[in-house]
Amino acid sequence: MIRVDELHKSFGEVRAVQGVSFTAPDGKITGLLGPNGAGKSTTLRILYTVLRPDAGTAHIDDADVVAESLRARQKIGVLPHGAGLYPHLTARENIAYFGRLCGLAPERIDERVDMLINLLEIRDFADRRTRGFSQGQRTKVSLARALVHDPQNIILDEPSNGLDVMATRSLREMILKLRSAGRCVLFSSHVMQEVAALCDDIVIIAKGQVAIDDSSDGIRSRTGCDDLEDAFVRAIAMVDPG
Amino acid sequence: MIRTILTVFRKEVVDNVRDRRTLLSALALGPLFGPLLFAFVITLSIERSFSLMDEALVVPVIGRDNAPNLIRYLESQNFELVDGPADYAAAVSAVKAGTLDLALFVPDEFSREFTAATPATVAVISDQANPQADRDARRVRDALAAYDAELVALRLLARGISPSIINPVNIDEIDVSTPSGRSIIMLGMLSYFFLFALLMGGMYLAIDTTAGERERGSLEPLLSLPVTRDALMLGKIAATCLFMALSLMLSLTSFYIALKFIPLEEIGMTPNFGIDTVAFAFAILLPFILLGSAVMTLVASFTKSYKEAQTWLSVVLIAPTLPIVVVSLLTLRPRLEFMFVPSLSQHLLLADMIKNEPVNLTHVTISVLSTLVIGALLTWVCARLYRREGLLG
Repeated sequence: MIRVDELHKSFGEVRAVQGVSFTAPDGKITGLLGPNGAGKSTTLRILYTVLRPDAGTAHIDDADVVAESLRARQKIGVLPHGAGLYPHLTARENIAYFGRLCGLAPERIDERVDMLINLLEIRDFADRRTRGFSQGQRTKVSLARALVHDPQNIILDEPSNGLDVMATRSLREMILKLRSAGRCVLFSSHVMQEVAALCDDIVIIAKGQVAIDDSSDGIRSRTGCDDLEDAFVRAIAMVDPG
Repeated sequence: MIRTILTVFRKEVVDNVRDRRTLLSALALGPLFGPLLFAFVITLSIERSFSLMDEALVVPVIGRDNAPNLIRYLESQNFELVDGPADYAAAVSAVKAGTLDLALFVPDEFSREFTAATPATVAVISDQANPQADRDARRVRDALAAYDAELVALRLLARGISPSIINPVNIDEIDVSTPSGRSIIMLGMLSYFFLFALLMGGMYLAIDTTAGERERGSLEPLLSLPVTRDALMLGKIAATCLFMALSLMLSLTSFYIALKFIPLEEIGMTPNFGIDTVAFAFAILLPFILLGSAVMTLVASFTKSYKEAQTWLSVVLIAPTLPIVVVSLLTLRPRLEFMFVPSLSQHLLLADMIKNEPVNLTHVTISVLSTLVIGALLTWVCARLYRREGLLG
């Protein structure tokens, strides 16, 4: 479970996040939706502890992301936006490297890597060096790498960016599998349809603030729009400018 | 912590061994290029100076009939005298234009002045800005001076005076330099070659730690793992150190081999550069790798991109020459306080070793310890910087 409470973060004059709060429960898929520059990535970066909030708190299960950042990182698997691989290592080695860094025992690493290679259908290119991989192949390997230590919470920042239809589809299946395994999945996107098709809960963010936090049906009824895209636009307009 | 450092270290080594660019700069360019260039240039210059000494020097002469005795003398001294341009003015312009390296001009009044026992003038025309011509001209001047001295003695004897009367002071030059000591003239900058190779070896790894990981997009996934950033940084610095050490070892070995083919003995130089010197040089340069890795990682961490990092690190490659150049220009001898300055202390110790002079153990200890302490401090600074948020760029 991920709990976010009144997060604030500024970069100089730019107030990227201004009081964001939401909860992403276990066994559910929570979508962070918002236009470009709304503060989605900044929020997620605070959650996976590479940024420190100016104010507010966030917890991964019971670990505070500021005070116990190491313990918080143990409980999450992260696919950052535009994640890159090591081009001179094979896909398998890329995944195993992260397994070792997470402190898995050597025999457990082999077992997990094999499992993920099968699960994500990486087999065909698992032993090739990752230089020249397609965006879809890279995302799959990055995802396998993020899941190697079997984390309870999974954070995906714009995972479907640059993926074709087939790759998007298998990513979606993977996310659903994680939900049925009781995991907490939090992912960001700026594509309404994708979020609507997948998420149990949708948190719409605009200008660094939460515009609305509800199920897709809830959002439709609260904005009075049948069409989700219209609802999205209306919800964004509800945010106080400034 | 140790396990994480080892994991990062192992991965960096595998990753970079597979990277052709790193391998080329670490194991080929740095270590081989320097010694080979050095060997080539020195061998060439030695052979040139030797073959020229033995060969007859061709000298165009204007007015050779004015001084038949002088001409005969020069011919006996391994000069080949050929007819030069028509007159003095033609000779000067030919030398100016570079069609002739030098010319000897004997004026018409030479024999009249000579017989009258007033100083008879000859002119050596050369362009002293051309080192080759200057060397040839000096050979002619020396021969003329010898001829002059011979005539002085003859004229004095003819008047019943001992020639030693005009030689009140005799100068004896006693050179205490040893063949090993003289070799430092050629091998003085050697320590810089080694430091350069050492730094080259770790350059790409140092860039990769920050700018490289960031540009590839692998930094954020790495930092989101449950490990401390200190451990990541130390693992990477350890791998950088390994490549630097390898590069250093290769450059020492390749220089050791190259030196066997340089005929330094022919010009009276016998550098002390045996296997034991190689081992000693490796030992005193080894502490520099921690310093080198830390400096390079530090500089690279401030850059925004791989390209920018490369630019700045090429400046770092030159940095160790500065103290060496200052001390060489001022020709300072090793002193205790110099041993606190990295690169300078290594240079001075290595020079002593090559000159086959006793090496001061206190100096070695201070050099090793101070270089290690400064390296450790900079590593600590690197680790602090790696914790910044700005690292993400």
